[in-house]
Amino acid sequence: MSLTLGSATLWQRELVRFFRQPSRIAGALGTPLVFWLLLGSGIGRSFSLPTAGGDMYYMEYFFPGVVVMIVLFTSIFSTISIIEDRREGFLQAVLVAPTPRAAIVLGKMAGSTSLALIHGMALLILAPWVAGASPASIPRIAAVVAVIAFGLTGLGYQIAWRMESTQGFHAIMNLFLIPMWMLSGAVFPPDGAPGWLQWVIQLNPLTYGVSALRWSIYGTTDYLAMDGPSPGAAVAVISVFAGAMFVAGLVVTRRRSM
Amino acid sequence: MPAVEVSRVRHAYGGRIALDDVSFQVEPGEIFALLGPNGGGKTTLFRILSTLMPPDAGSVRVFDADVRTEAAQVRRNIGVVFQNPSLDGKLTARENLLHQGRLYGMRGAALRSRIDEMLAQMAIAGRAADRVEALSGGLQRRVELAKGLLHGPRLLILDEPSAGLDPGARLDLRRYLTRLRDERRVTVLWTTHLIDEAEDADRVLILDRGRVVATGSPNALREEIGGDVIALATADAPGLGGQIRERFGIEPMILDGSVRIEKEDGHRFVAALIEAFPGRIDSVTLAKPTLEDVFIDRTGHRLWEDR
Repeated sequence: MSLTLGSATLWQRELVRFFRQPSRIAGALGTPLVFWLLLGSGIGRSFSLPTAGGDMYYMEYFFPGVVVMIVLFTSIFSTISIIEDRREGFLQAVLVAPTPRAAIVLGKMAGSTSLALIHGMALLILAPWVAGASPASIPRIAAVVAVIAFGLTGLGYQIAWRMESTQGFHAIMNLFLIPMWMLSGAVFPPDGAPGWLQWVIQLNPLTYGVSALRWSIYGTTDYLAMDGPSPGAAVAVISVFAGAMFVAGLVVTRRRSM
Repeated sequence: MPAVEVSRVRHAYGGRIALDDVSFQVEPGEIFALLGPNGGGKTTLFRILSTLMPPDAGSVRVFDADVRTEAAQVRRNIGVVFQNPSLDGKLTARENLLHQGRLYGMRGAALRSRIDEMLAQMAIAGRAADRVEALSGGLQRRVELAKGLLHGPRLLILDEPSAGLDPGARLDLRRYLTRLRDERRVTVLWTTHLIDEAEDADRVLILDRGRVVATGSPNALREEIGGDVIALATADAPGLGGQIRERFGIEPMILDGSVRIEKEDGHRFVAALIEAFPGRIDSVTLAKPTLEDVFIDRTGHRLWEDR
């Protein structure tokens, strides 16, 4: 039974469903945008990060962080639908179909990744104005956002697959996923954090995602945090993370089928 | 080769035993009912047969493929109709069927014409473009049935198929399933807790507390009871039961405060009872045995008993 046909059809369903529920679009895009505008304007020039390329104010520093937040929110909201699919019954029919289990994981992750990419890029069209990115860098940025989204979707998949209720997922989101985002260099530069926190930041795969995104926007290392990973390492780590999440998704799907 | 071959299956959830040494076979082209009270093990058996979970022990084969090791092959051969429709409410009926078909490897024009065929068979072609959440429960069940049959399965498994259907729709469903068996040789297996739904099957397996209580055609099972079933309403069921035993040398059963007797030529025996115990019997019912009587006979309690 075909992997591509099975995953393509589940991917398509994911997208169609999403666009038939406009409130979900507002939820995934609205909150991060408000965060960025309020925090960015409020902190304003109280924050000024000296970089090789010149001083950077908070609105600009926080910009890639907000993109990652949008990606995180979209990934989470669309993987939560696994719990709904299980409760409402759609998932059981997928599970008794002869389609490969890999198609189920891939379809879901590709669907959520596409949505996260669409949302992330909706903000990233501002990159030329906010961060001086050249329009030619857009494909590179999109590729990095897609890899980050795939990894975060896979992480959401792991959590959602084991969950019986959406409330449980919200608890995990607040206790684990939001801190993961905060400690990724998205909100503040890691250089100034105390030593133990720097360790956490370095072990956080999302740190590498944020670094890779900053690099993809500027196309140079001039604007990265001083002790941050090199662009090559950042892209490598986040790609391995994305691949590992897919494999882990496959393992949980094969283990529990109800 | 049997359509379904279940042998010595055991399954437990934690410490609670759901299936205890269950064995049976379903022949191709049979309409087979799994009858039992809620909590009797039907749902567990349904999950195992539909490949949602493997049994703890024992073997289950569907058209000679093992549900544990050859799940993909089993899945190709079975169509599953869930009690809670497995439909996506945000999608239209046709879209639901499109995704279903592709998950079974169907595509393109062949898939589209098969969907049209199923929509027509279920008489829902006019609502194909409506979102499923806007359809009534009865129509949703028809879309669900179309979904289960779309890929032309050899075995159709239905979980409580008439739950939530009005009597007319129930009758339509039974007729349709019979036609499906007669014309396409599809084997049909359903779970039910309703006696009359089990009476419609060619053969019935009665499950209680995870064990097989009886298997056979509804007629054969009823004939095993023999004769009629007499129920006597009385103020003192145990006392009357004891006296009946002494006087007639038979073993009455006391159930829910009434005396229950299985006896040939029940009408004659009723007359004898009334004469023997004047004023002791408040009312009498005399009936041909049903599958519920079979169940009571084998388990000593009713299908619908709180436990």
